[in-house]
Amino acid sequence: MAWTRKILRVNLTDRTCKSEPLNMQWAQDYLGQRGLATKYLVSEIDPKVDPLSPDNKIIWATGPLTGTMASTGGRYSVVTKGPLTGAIACSNSGGYFGAELKFAGWDMVIIEGRASSPVYLSIENDKVEIRDASHLWGKTVWETEEAIKAAHQDPQVRVSCIGRTGEAGVLYAAIVNDLHRAAGRSGVGAVAGSKNLKALVVRGTLGVGNLANPKEFMKVTYEKKKILKENAVTGQGLPTYGTQVLMNVINEIGAMPTRNHKDVQFEGARKISAEAMHEPRESDGKAQLVNNQGCFGCTIACGRISKIDQTHYTVVNSPKYWGASGGLEYEAAWSLGCANGVDDIEALQYANMLCNEDGFDPISFGATIGAVMELYEMGVLTKEEIGIEAPFGSARALTFLAEQTARGEGFGKIVGLGSKRLCEKYGHPELSMSVKGQEFPAYDARGVQGMGLTYATSNRGACHLRSYTISSEVLGIPVKTDPLTTEGKPALVKAFQDATAVVDSSGLCVFTTFAWALSDIQPQLQAACEGDWSMEKLDLMGERIWNMERQFNNAAGFTRKDDDLPPRLKNEAAKAGPAKGLVSGIDKMIPEYYELRGWDTEGRPTAETVARLGL
Amino acid sequence: MRVTLKLYASLSDFLPDEAKRTNEWPMDVPEGTTVGDMIARHQLPARLVHLVLVNGHFIPPVSRDARALVDNDVLAIWPPVAGG
Repeated sequence: MAWTRKILRVNLTDRTCKSEPLNMQWAQDYLGQRGLATKYLVSEIDPKVDPLSPDNKIIWATGPLTGTMASTGGRYSVVTKGPLTGAIACSNSGGYFGAELKFAGWDMVIIEGRASSPVYLSIENDKVEIRDASHLWGKTVWETEEAIKAAHQDPQVRVSCIGRTGEAGVLYAAIVNDLHRAAGRSGVGAVAGSKNLKALVVRGTLGVGNLANPKEFMKVTYEKKKILKENAVTGQGLPTYGTQVLMNVINEIGAMPTRNHKDVQFEGARKISAEAMHEPRESDGKAQLVNNQGCFGCTIACGRISKIDQTHYTVVNSPKYWGASGGLEYEAAWSLGCANGVDDIEALQYANMLCNEDGFDPISFGATIGAVMELYEMGVLTKEEIGIEAPFGSARALTFLAEQTARGEGFGKIVGLGSKRLCEKYGHPELSMSVKGQEFPAYDARGVQGMGLTYATSNRGACHLRSYTISSEVLGIPVKTDPLTTEGKPALVKAFQDATAVVDSSGLCVFTTFAWALSDIQPQLQAACEGDWSMEKLDLMGERIWNMERQFNNAAGFTRKDDDLPPRLKNEAAKAGPAKGLVSGIDKMIPEYYELRGWDTEGRPTAETVARLGL
Repeated sequence: MRVTLKLYASLSDFLPDEAKRTNEWPMDVPEGTTVGDMIARHQLPARLVHLVLVNGHFIPPVSRDARALVDNDVLAIWPPVAGG
């Protein structure tokens, strides 16, 4: 169905659950998922609230196309104030949980307060219960899902839960569903943990319906699926090679952040790439990649399912890791590999499995290890402090620290703070490769200039998924632009940011945009949702959502100075590749970007902009 | 002159066996060989020749026949791919 028109509001302090009607005026203005949940959040919490206090709220939200037959219509988002950044946090996940929540009859679940002891929320259509989770506290994501399915005697319940890192307050703890799909970034899992909330468990049997124009919806979604199938990227490239195919591309163009961004090309990239995942290993003659996998309703199926080498030192005595499991995706392969100079693909898969098993963001974790290794090589950190020798390139240090972080042991407690706090603690804040406290993903801002602006202005801290200008600057989608120049990038970034805000609010996956324009999504929304869903309305809506998030961050205390990159990217030129000699032109791009946005010189939306967007 | 041809993703099938584990195929070619010549010589299907880089720099389709390679150039080619 489009909207179920129902919200579930749960107060963990009072242990109450109640159904509320969805604010349909807000739905018309903010659509669903990211946009609509953020509207609820910013309307209900103090922007200066401590993210880990009971006064913060956390929202699980679907979009109007979640659970429908639209391709990729299985997405949900978790929205809260993030503990890693102190900014708005919105983390998006696929798998099957989002559709199940819709099948149970809920557009979103708003969680308030803090339970006095560990609990989980059980949702079976209209039957909602806050249940004791004391027996689940201390368990991993994988153990939790297994235990819940056994207790409910239903293998088809869907579980969205935290692992031990969320309980321990790791600031980049994730919320994981379906074992290896995650609302991964910004520490949304730590917020759930701070509320003593282990999981949302959902079983929905109400199906879908309530579409504004069912016949038209079936027709248009069929037509749009054909586009995805016939497009070479979404029909062949992504299902065959996954996101990991970018490893060699980004390395070749010299935009591969390597060894905590000291270098822009990694000599070991080929060994940890999609091509390497496809070829037989010398040890057992088997390829790491087993097959691809799709989320609910997805006709792309980019997900990677792999099997680790059973003879690898990490798992030789741990058969529980020998089965097929999620990974490697590009961002994780980069952060666990290139960011640390590690080219052992089996070690990366092991660390990636630990991130899934205990629910922590591989991007922030891997990038933090990059900072640890640089501090170790500088002599600031020692073997005694870390617990192992940790030079760049050490797979053993990577996997040791992944285990320690997952378990909350030893130096893993410090790693769990993220690179910003870790680098500050050891007197070198400049070595944290982050914006607003969140670590960079896998594109160097010197080699792809638009991504520097993307990172600096992202409302949830450094992130590639807020405006993926790689599509244009590297891949030529929809048109090729020069990655080495700043010219035209403020407008490009703004266009990507606004369009992505709509996609993230719809229930669809942003990967559809490798083949679809927003004008392909518009008729699907029009057929599913009552009201007018013109392109003009969607364009304005994307801009409205972006500015709403920005206003929240401004009110939380963020200013112009937070829209910046670390000094390394502004002062240390790229050493090799096409970007050799270049630094990021972020300072040149920001004023033009602010002007295009209708913001003042301090990055605040002007009164005219606020009025124009109806904020 | 000596150049290196790199073929990735499904274009890896056009590499000789000894180059499949590196995706790199060093070879000698006549002076004046262009990017277009290389694509034609190795019978790379047009539908699979999408992202074309020389030393990491993008070569648009209209420039491929005019872009002459020089000694030690690296020509890398991908079919349509994306990620994120």
